[in-house]
Amino acid sequence: MTIEELDQIAEATRAEYAKFDHEVNVCMGTGCLSQHSDQLKDALAKQVEAQGKNVYVRRTGCMGLCAAGPLVLVDPEEILYQQAHEKHAEAIVASLGGEPVKELQCDLRDHFDQQVHVVLENSGQVDPEKIDEYIARDGYRALLTALSDMTPQGVIRQVTESGLRGRGGGGYPTGLKWGTVSKAVGDVKYVICNGDEGDPGAFMDRSVLESDPQRVIEGMAIAAYAVGASKGYIYVRAEYPLAVQRLQAGLRDARRRGLLGNNIGNTPFSFDVEIRLGAGAFVCGEETALIASIEGRRGMPKPRPPYPAVAGLWGKPTLINNVETFANIAPIIRKGGKWFASMGSDRSKGTKVFALTGKITNTGLVEVPMGISLRQIIEVIGGGVPDGHKFKAVQTGGPSGGCLPESMLDIGVSYDALLKVGSIMGSGGMIVMDDTSCMVNVAKFFIEFCMTESCGKCIPCRAGTAQLHALLSKICAGEGTMEDVELIEDLCDTVKSSSLCGLGQTAPNPVLSTLKYFRHEYIDHIQNKRCTAGVCNMKPAEQEVPA
Amino acid sequence: MPAYTPPPLPSDDKRWKIVNGTMRKNGFARHALIETLHTVQSSFGYLDDDAIRFVALSLRVPLSQAYGVVTFYHYFSLKPPGKHTMTICSGTACYIKGTDKLLAAAEKKLGISQGQTTPDGAISLTAARCVGACGRAPVVLTDGELVGQMTSQQMIEQLERWAVE
Repeated sequence: MTIEELDQIAEATRAEYAKFDHEVNVCMGTGCLSQHSDQLKDALAKQVEAQGKNVYVRRTGCMGLCAAGPLVLVDPEEILYQQAHEKHAEAIVASLGGEPVKELQCDLRDHFDQQVHVVLENSGQVDPEKIDEYIARDGYRALLTALSDMTPQGVIRQVTESGLRGRGGGGYPTGLKWGTVSKAVGDVKYVICNGDEGDPGAFMDRSVLESDPQRVIEGMAIAAYAVGASKGYIYVRAEYPLAVQRLQAGLRDARRRGLLGNNIGNTPFSFDVEIRLGAGAFVCGEETALIASIEGRRGMPKPRPPYPAVAGLWGKPTLINNVETFANIAPIIRKGGKWFASMGSDRSKGTKVFALTGKITNTGLVEVPMGISLRQIIEVIGGGVPDGHKFKAVQTGGPSGGCLPESMLDIGVSYDALLKVGSIMGSGGMIVMDDTSCMVNVAKFFIEFCMTESCGKCIPCRAGTAQLHALLSKICAGEGTMEDVELIEDLCDTVKSSSLCGLGQTAPNPVLSTLKYFRHEYIDHIQNKRCTAGVCNMKPAEQEVPA
Repeated sequence: MPAYTPPPLPSDDKRWKIVNGTMRKNGFARHALIETLHTVQSSFGYLDDDAIRFVALSLRVPLSQAYGVVTFYHYFSLKPPGKHTMTICSGTACYIKGTDKLLAAAEKKLGISQGQTTPDGAISLTAARCVGACGRAPVVLTDGELVGQMTSQQMIEQLERWAVE
């Protein structure tokens, strides 16, 4: 496959679709599929035939607004329909070329206008199982350009210049990591894509893999060229069957098109990718644990150094990046590192995908430039807290992150700003809580998660999280004392500073941040035996009866 | 080095051939342990002693290590599942939207706790960490099929339908 051949495929595919008067895109991501968007798509196709219209009905990946699904996007008019079901198919097809179906129309300008799509540029636009549609949208152009016109160092220079930082949560500069692996000595090197999205409440990686798998494969291939690897692994959660299925189809198609395999683009570069299934262990998101899991062992982290960049999979130099990081690579190579660096804030460049969930109107996936305020994400894009409830906290970064109150909403979203206020960027989960959530209970929920997910290697994490859980349960039951709070703070410090891996080091974050911003709720539980949110089940305080 | 001869299949159940296929595809390498266990679980529904012994022997992995892997990962089950499975998501977004109450209601209805199967083997109740469909929270999986925005009443009705089958 050469660039000329790629162009021909792109031209032919575009010409093929240009024949149609309209394109009807039906979201078939996990969210919409659970509401039978597959049946809707079949019904639409049937109606197109019955009404004799010249229309292409396409299966696409996630369109982002999961709350309003199933979603249908009509092109070229760009009309978005929400909550469309089988019974609406006739009306939707009949309306093509005329007035749109008013009662289904979704008019959420605020939700979409504030977003900038880089990672999600193809999500909801292409059929995830058709590689030619990806190619028609400039897919694989970056890989072939890199192979023919750029040196591996040149590729790394662009990635470094872009300022891209690891999207899995750590925020380590991607260019620097690639440089280390490329300089590492070794005859065999590996590239691993970390798709073990274990943060409960986060589904960015699932969505990218389901909606645009080719983008991740292309990113991995470019990385392999840059660091000198010839074999890659994608580690995906077994809980994401649709993502696995679409990745398998994607890998097959890429091999068939000669974009994976031997001598890609008629160059000496060869690369292939294998899928490895996770088996439900949160700690496997940590890179050394993930490597242990690919090697068929228990996913337990190892001390670093040596870093995987020097001695990783089977002791060979290994590059590990997150799904979203790889998804950013192709546009960076295509448009240049400077273009990417022009977006975002000072030390956090580009855009970030967030999974906006919890007590918020527009739940779903959003992609925004770094530096945008939390308030804008929650109140404008997310549409605020529904049902007349009051915003209480936003939780970022999953079980390793923190809960931020209303007063912190005006900070700009970046790696450093979130760290400064006691939370982390994490992989991009953003869970909004309202006045019906009890923050002590939420802290207990996260500690329980870390307690069961601790691999058991280090005592501070294994025993510390269990003790923290017991103390928090005591407070939730209304039996806590103020000494318990001091003990919790002391224990958090121990767990944080003496655990080996990220899981233990960050496990106390939800407790510490709720203690910092919602201390009054802890005191209320202890002194007044009262849970204002009405979540905790405790005996009411004995009230003094006036004589 | 002489070619490796794997042990004979435990029985003539066709599913063992699928399991063997996964191992052969990976050249009976030790690192195929987790992949093979996935195949066993998807073919048989769970991992029993015979299966773990067979896989460990075939891949030349110590039995203790194979058992250690099986018990380390939540996805693997040592007990056969019931005829139907109700999986309740307990990820953060679902928790905030009240799946703890769904779980409590299901436990009360079935008289078992999460991770158990009803004595007649009809229904298993499990809790999942996060199925990544947080936009539709609260989410349950009825026999693996994802259902969003679940209410207690809907869930109980489903359990009742299964119980009379």
